[in-house]
Amino acid sequence: MGKIFAPPPSLRDTSTHYCPGCGHGIAHRLIAEAVDELEIRQRVIAVAPVGCAVVAYDYWDFDCSEAAHGRALAIATALKRVRPDNIIFTYQGDGDLAAIGTNETIHAANRGENVTVIFINNAVYGMTGGQMAPTTLIGQKTATTLQGRNSRLEGYPLKISEMLAGLPAVTYVERVSLHSPQEIMKAKKAVMQAFKNQIDGAGFSLVEMLSPCPTYWGLTPVQALAWIRDTMIKEFPLGRIK
Amino acid sequence: MPPKVLLSGNEAIAEGALQAGCRFYAGYPITPQNELTAYMAQHMPEKGGVFIQAESETSAINMVYGASAAGCRAMTSSSSPGISLKQEGISYIAGAQLPAVIVNVMRGGPGLGNIAPSQADYFQATRGGGHGDYRCIVLAPATVQEAYECMGQAFDLADRYRIPVIVLGDGMLGQMMEPVTFSRIGALVPKNYPKPWALTGCKDRKPNIVKSFYLAEGALEEFNLLLQKKYQAIQRTQTRYEEVFLDDAKLVLVAYGTMARIVKSAVKQLRLRGKKVGLIRPLTLWPFPEEAIQKMLRRKKPPVFMAVEMSYGQMVQDVRLAVNGKTPVEFYGRSGGGIPAEEEIVRRALKLYAAHS
Repeated sequence: MGKIFAPPPSLRDTSTHYCPGCGHGIAHRLIAEAVDELEIRQRVIAVAPVGCAVVAYDYWDFDCSEAAHGRALAIATALKRVRPDNIIFTYQGDGDLAAIGTNETIHAANRGENVTVIFINNAVYGMTGGQMAPTTLIGQKTATTLQGRNSRLEGYPLKISEMLAGLPAVTYVERVSLHSPQEIMKAKKAVMQAFKNQIDGAGFSLVEMLSPCPTYWGLTPVQALAWIRDTMIKEFPLGRIK
Repeated sequence: MPPKVLLSGNEAIAEGALQAGCRFYAGYPITPQNELTAYMAQHMPEKGGVFIQAESETSAINMVYGASAAGCRAMTSSSSPGISLKQEGISYIAGAQLPAVIVNVMRGGPGLGNIAPSQADYFQATRGGGHGDYRCIVLAPATVQEAYECMGQAFDLADRYRIPVIVLGDGMLGQMMEPVTFSRIGALVPKNYPKPWALTGCKDRKPNIVKSFYLAEGALEEFNLLLQKKYQAIQRTQTRYEEVFLDDAKLVLVAYGTMARIVKSAVKQLRLRGKKVGLIRPLTLWPFPEEAIQKMLRRKKPPVFMAVEMSYGQMVQDVRLAVNGKTPVEFYGRSGGGIPAEEEIVRRALKLYAAHS
């Protein structure tokens, strides 16, 4: 009997610290698969965020840097400029990329830095206990919006992918979801495309992944997947944005 | 004779950095250090290096983090309010044990303050500045020649100890023009330190991780002790200072940077008047040259000290720590654009001299 299915070599064989039903593990794996299929493991340098995925380097078996909260794209900019032959990607949550790091995000995109961004949108701050994120839906209850997000006080879910798509130097933006096997397959394709763009020198590429956080949505893992499918996608439609 | 080139302090710092092998610069406009950024914009590409005008001071210091993590000699520069913004990044650089050089051409504060020369960021520079238990090496050039030369030392120390090095100048030093001799560049020849920790892609080796996060119980304490050991080694071996007329001094003035040049003139004037006055000029502010002061305390009758600063008394605290109550320590300073003049210093010194003679 031969082995017909195995984890990608770029993913370490270790137990997870993520909650049951969390999407990070899937996203980590998709990236590891793409890195192996494109045979770029020895060239990749990842930039990990502050948030639940701060220790992403415990799972990926390639070079990695931490970044201060929100600063991943400033660090990635310099890594790529200094080492243009390496493949640089950031892995950032919604708070990291679209709140505290909005400035770094917009300007790296506007400069057209030839890097890849994996943007995990789970509509909540996970690591700190489920506070409102820039992408929290109207009416969604969080630790800091006890009655649900109120647009009059807290504004609207920030569609940063659509904002970035408007910048002339941005090459590729796609929103995908991790709520079903079919969508995960599409997510994998998008990750591959975003890396290929960088290999080809095509410029700034971003993949936004809608990702379940059952713990801070107050749902079971299965309910969380259904919530993405039935509710979240209405606010954050899937597909190629640019 | 080697040729002399007329440069502003800001330009000399940039040129010194380039000659010392700096190949990455990120900065953001702020007065009075803009000539440094402009010089880098013009000359960094000639060296095949990377120049980026960042969208903020915060981004600039994080770009330095990234470039340094990739193994490149990297620096940024700014002035006081901008340096405050960089403190987050400096703390992370210290925590990740990355080499980096940060130039602060100090201006008046607090807040937006003004653009006049100042030394009011001494505490921020020498006490870490950001969050956590860390230190930066702090160099204090006084002339444009020294500003140029100290960049070689700054990059060497940064690489050797994997530590942020702050070059602490002020608006006066940044803006004044003086002739610079490049022939003394011998001291600046880039030394290459191996960087096996750098992020280059994990070809033929295990993956490298650049990080400052230690969540496991006891791990951060262990790491912080490692930092402390490094800091102690630096304190033992990297203290630098200049001594002027100390042999028979009854009154010793302590000053650094451009302030020390004015104080030196005052000391010379006092000597002409027959007063036994000397000067200690720290060239490193951290580590502070306590030894320069403490060896004078071993004299039969230790001298009285007076710190002179363009602040309302910051370095004087390090003088007092070194003296530890064994002899009087006085202070004279002005801040917010006020610069202690030679005559003011002479007057204060004479008064003090008479009181303690």
